[in-house]
Amino acid sequence: MTFMRTLLGAAAGTALLSGAALADPAIIYDLGGKFDKSFNESAFNGATRWAEETGGKFAEVELQSDAQREQALRRFAESGANPIVMAGFSFASALEEVAGDYPDTKFAIIDMVVDAPNVKSVVFNEHEGSYLVGMMAAQASKTGTVSFIGGMDIPLIRKFACGYAQGAKAANPDVAIIQNMTGTTPAAWNDPVKGTELTKAQISQGSDVVFAAAGGTGVGVLQAAADEDILSIGVDSNQNYLHPGKVLTSMLKRVDVAVYNAMKEGEDLTTGFTAMGLGADGVGYAVDDNNASLVTAEMTAALEEAKAAIIAGDIVVHDYMSDNSCPVE
Amino acid sequence: MDFLTLIQVLDSTIRLALPLLLACLAGLFSERAGIFDIGLEGKMLFAAFFSAAVAAMTGSVWLGLLAGIAASMVLSGIHGLASITFRGNQLISGVAINFLAAGLTVLIAQDWFQQGGRTPSLMGAGRFNPVTLPGALTKTVEIKEASAPMQLYSELLSGHSILVYLGLLCVPLTWWVLFRTRFGLRLRAVGENPAAVDTAGISVVRLRFAAVAICGLLCGIAGAYLSTALQAGFVKDMSAGRGFIALAALIFAKWRPWHALYACLLFGFLQALALRPDLITNLTGMTVQVQLLDALPYILTVVILAGFVGKAIPPRAGGEPYVKER
Repeated sequence: MTFMRTLLGAAAGTALLSGAALADPAIIYDLGGKFDKSFNESAFNGATRWAEETGGKFAEVELQSDAQREQALRRFAESGANPIVMAGFSFASALEEVAGDYPDTKFAIIDMVVDAPNVKSVVFNEHEGSYLVGMMAAQASKTGTVSFIGGMDIPLIRKFACGYAQGAKAANPDVAIIQNMTGTTPAAWNDPVKGTELTKAQISQGSDVVFAAAGGTGVGVLQAAADEDILSIGVDSNQNYLHPGKVLTSMLKRVDVAVYNAMKEGEDLTTGFTAMGLGADGVGYAVDDNNASLVTAEMTAALEEAKAAIIAGDIVVHDYMSDNSCPVE
Repeated sequence: MDFLTLIQVLDSTIRLALPLLLACLAGLFSERAGIFDIGLEGKMLFAAFFSAAVAAMTGSVWLGLLAGIAASMVLSGIHGLASITFRGNQLISGVAINFLAAGLTVLIAQDWFQQGGRTPSLMGAGRFNPVTLPGALTKTVEIKEASAPMQLYSELLSGHSILVYLGLLCVPLTWWVLFRTRFGLRLRAVGENPAAVDTAGISVVRLRFAAVAICGLLCGIAGAYLSTALQAGFVKDMSAGRGFIALAALIFAKWRPWHALYACLLFGFLQALALRPDLITNLTGMTVQVQLLDALPYILTVVILAGFVGKAIPPRAGGEPYVKER
C-alpha cells in the first residue's frame, strides 16, 4: 500500500531470505501480518509447533504489499527452501506463474486451489464450521435474531455467512438472520470503527449474537458486543479470551494444522487437493474456560450430533462457493 | 421507519461524523492560512496510536489524549517545516506524512506491545466512557419503552463520550476565532494575500505555523476519539480513509465552519444509512447498493467541484509557499 512499507518489507525480506539454509521449509504470511490474532497467527503457530517438535528451522516473511508475492516466492525457491507454504488465497495467481519454473520445489497454498504437479492445495470447509457456530448462536439467542458481520465482500466470506445462516435455521427455523459486509476494498479488514457501528445497528434490529468473520474489523465487533452486553463469535483462531464470558465461541479454522502437516511432510509433500473439514478437525468450534459458562450441555449435545451427521454425510451443508448462491437468507 | 429507528440512525450519525468534523475543522484552519493539508489521515492515525498506547501504559485516557495531541502536533511540525520554512510542495509533504504514519504506527506498536501492530485493549479509566446526562436512560430495553422526547434525550443527546460534546463546541469556537478575533482575520488574510499581511508588519511564517499547530491539535483529538472512545485500542490503518472524507467535506463546506458541521453530519448520515440496508429497502421499495452510499460523499464533492451547486473557491494563496520579495 505504501512506499514506506515496501521499503521496510524489502529490507526485512532480504534479511530473512539471506538466512534461509538449504531445504528448510519456508512460510509466507499474507498482508494481515504474522500477529493478526487470527488467520496468519494461526499459520505462524503451526510453523512454530513444527519447529519446536522437530528442532528444525523455518524461514518466514511478512508481505507488505501485493507486488511482493511473486518476488518472495522466487527468492525462497531460489534459496532452496522446500516446501514453501503460503497462507492466503491471494497467492494463487503468483503461484501459478512461479510453480512451473521450480519443478523440484514443493509448494503448499492454503485457502485456494492451484492446479500444478508440485503444488498442494489445502482448503477448509468453513461452511461446516460456520454451520455449527450458527446452531449455537440460534440456541443462545433470546431475541430470536442473530447476525453476521463479514469483512471484505468476497465469495469466501459469503461462504462463512451462508454456513452460519444454514446452521442457525437448522437449530431454530424461526430465527431471523441479519447479514452485513464491512466493505468492498481491503480496508474493510481493518475498520473496527465501522465494525462497532455495524454491531450497534444490528443490536438495534434485535440481534443478540453476532458472528464476525472480518479480520481486524472483528476486534471492533467483539468489543461492541462486550460493551453492549450481547454475545459474539470469533473466527479463525480461538478468540474466546479477548472478552471472557462475552464471546460465545470461536469458529476455529485449523490453519496451524495445515501448516504443521505440510512442514512435517517436508520435501516429500504430497501434492494435490485437500479439503479439511469437520472430519479431519480442519474446522470446529472452541470451548475453553472463558466460555464454559455460556455453553450449555444441551448445546454441545446438539452440536456434536450435527457434527457427526455432517461427517457421515447425513447433513449436507451448502457451500456458497460451489454455485455463488445461498439457499437461506 | 419508526421514531426510535430514526433516532438510532441519527445517534450513529453523530458518532461517525465526529472524527470527520474534527479533522475537517483541522483542515479548515490549515487551509484558511494557505497550507493545504492532505496529511489529516496520517495525523489522525498517529494520534490514534499514541493515545491508545499511552492510555494502555498509564491507565489514564487523559494522558493518552495529551500524547495523541502531541504526536499529531509533531507531524504538523514536520509538515510546517517542509512547507513553510523550506517552501516545499505541500501536497508531497502531506503524502509523506500519511506514509510515515501508516508505517511507523505498526512498527512502534509491534516493538512496544508484540501484538501484531495493535495496542492492548483499554479498560475502565483507560478509555473515554459514555457520559450519561442527568435523568437519561441507558438500557436499550428501557429506552424502547420510553416516550418520544425521552428517547430523543436518552439515545441521541446522552450517552456519547465527552469528546463528542467537545468536538461540537469546536464549531462555534472555530467560527468565533476565525471571524471575530484579530488573530482570525490575520489568519484568513495570510491565506488570501500573504504579501499584504507581511506589509502590515505581521509575520507570515508565525501565523502559518500557528494555523498548522491548531490543525495538529484538532487532528490529535480526532485520532484519540477513534482509538479511545469509539474503540478500546489501536488497530493498524484504523483511520480507514476518514481523513480524506474530511477533506471532501471541507471542499463541500467551501471552507466555512458551520457548513463544515452540516457537511460532516451529512456524510456521517450517509455512512450510518449504509449500515442499515434494510431501512433503505423498506423506505424506497428497492435495493440500493451499500457501495453507492459509501461513494456518495465523493460523488457529491465532485458535483460541487464541477460547479453545479455553486462554486467552491479555495483560499487564494493556498498551496503556495510565501517568498518574501527582496
